Amino acid sequence: MQGSGKIGGRLIAEVAAVAALFMLGQFLISTGMLEQYYQIILTSMCINIILAVSLSLINGFTGQLSLGHAGFMAVGAYASVVMTNRLDLPFIIGILAACLGAALAGFIIGVPTLRLKGDYLAIATLGFGEIIRVVLQNIDYVGGPSGIMGIEKYTTWAWLFASTILTLVVIVNLINSSYGRAIISVREDEVAAELMGINTTRYKVIAFVVGAMFAGLAGALYAHYFYIIKPESFTFMKSFDILVMVVLGGLGSTTGAVIAAIFVTALTAFLQSFPAIRMILYALILIIVMIYRPQGLMGNKEIGRKTLARLWGGKR
Amino acid sequence: MSLMEIKNLHKSFGGLSAVLNFNFNLQSNELVGLIGPNGAGKTTVFNLITGVYKPDEGKILFADKDLAGLPPYVICKHGIARTFQNIRLFRDLSVLDNVKIAFHKNVPYGFLNAIIRTPNFFRGEREIEEQAMEYLKIFNLDSKKDEIASSLPYGEQRRLEIARALATNPTMLILDEPAAGMNPQETQDLMQLIQWIRKDFNLSILLIEHDMSLVMGVCERIYVLDYGQVIAEGKPEEIRNNKRVIEAYLGEEVT
Repeated sequence: MQGSGKIGGRLIAEVAAVAALFMLGQFLISTGMLEQYYQIILTSMCINIILAVSLSLINGFTGQLSLGHAGFMAVGAYASVVMTNRLDLPFIIGILAACLGAALAGFIIGVPTLRLKGDYLAIATLGFGEIIRVVLQNIDYVGGPSGIMGIEKYTTWAWLFASTILTLVVIVNLINSSYGRAIISVREDEVAAELMGINTTRYKVIAFVVGAMFAGLAGALYAHYFYIIKPESFTFMKSFDILVMVVLGGLGSTTGAVIAAIFVTALTAFLQSFPAIRMILYALILIIVMIYRPQGLMGNKEIGRKTLARLWGGKR
Repeated sequence: MSLMEIKNLHKSFGGLSAVLNFNFNLQSNELVGLIGPNGAGKTTVFNLITGVYKPDEGKILFADKDLAGLPPYVICKHGIARTFQNIRLFRDLSVLDNVKIAFHKNVPYGFLNAIIRTPNFFRGEREIEEQAMEYLKIFNLDSKKDEIASSLPYGEQRRLEIARALATNPTMLILDEPAAGMNPQETQDLMQLIQWIRKDFNLSILLIEHDMSLVMGVCERIYVLDYGQVIAEGKPEEIRNNKRVIEAYLGEEVT
């Protein structure tokens, strides 16, 4: 009884902290204290966190090198815009369509390609990501190469915040369960996992589908904030950007992915006016991190309750 | 009644017959050894039994069900667990998590329970943790539960691998060179451990081993494999005096 009481108390404290964070953001935005420019950065940060954390489930925890994340984001973006812009349905339907559409795409792509390993899987997912983009380019209903303009701006701070928290909660809870251990065992040693009774194909597909679903969510949020979507926004370079965040943060660390997503977004925004230097610096930072911390900023460690508790205890 | 009966098992890689017309049986609670020179096909037999390879021909009857060609995770669910010649732990995970993974095939809560953290989830996780700790205690690894598996000394990694295999609750345990890399004292301890787990868990055990003192010391029956074929089968003393075996393999070793 005492144990469950403790858990309940901690949960309340956490919910309160999250609510406070939301209120703070809401306050800063609605009073205009946070300028438009910084609001855009904040939005990008939330979207990038969702993308990085969902890809880290596939690349970091399941150990399957996927280079097609932008493709799933594109499916989500287009599916949601078709619902809201073309069919005039409410945003929530758009969000659901984005998640379902991307999850379905993840399933269709995942089942045949997940038999492949390592480099081969990377190439196959890269190819599928490009196929999605090229297909979108050739569908006139969604504007072909010029995409769709004038998308309603439905993505509010509330949607962004709720989606980011939802992504984090679902993926962190999944990872820290028996299902998560099964997923991680696939990364650690596929043969041993299989012989311990883990249907490794099944867990690879689950990770792929869940990861794709949240990429779709990110796509929907992106589309309804930035007014325009076009196939060009979802090239291989976008997948690569997300992959950099995951690797920079540390394969197998959710908190690492969050920190790296925030860092990379801030860096990109900061260097916006020097586009040439941006790419050089970007590459340089990657090289430096890989030399001095090849396991990424966080390795496979997490900043969680335990760490916070230790820091707290250490201070006293 | 035999627990396992293998009939005419055959596997070739390209033109090479790795396992040829392999016949085998194992009684409940029996401890059987599989020996043979390097490259004789011993590990291939293990891989065929556990589903890592699919047999070209033949039947693997286990508790009257044919397991030939089933995927490894299904075979594990039927009650066959194994360890590996080169230890294959989940290296970056904690000792405790290594054992916990073995319980996943009977995970006591659903996927959604895990995500929304229902009381079912917490109860299930507690059960898994308690059971996993019991196995760690048996193998004297409970004090190291939070250590990373790859940081354990070699002998403890071997023990952890056996603990993990037992945690899948098998009726048959397959050990691939469990004494490889151990000193004589460790091998001695391992022999006692193997006999003890067989009794305590009521298991049938099949093992490959090059250390003849271990094989002759614990096995009740021995199969000798050479070039993918069984060249002899019998009690340790029979094998010790078998001409073909001595020719093929034992030679000077058992005098």
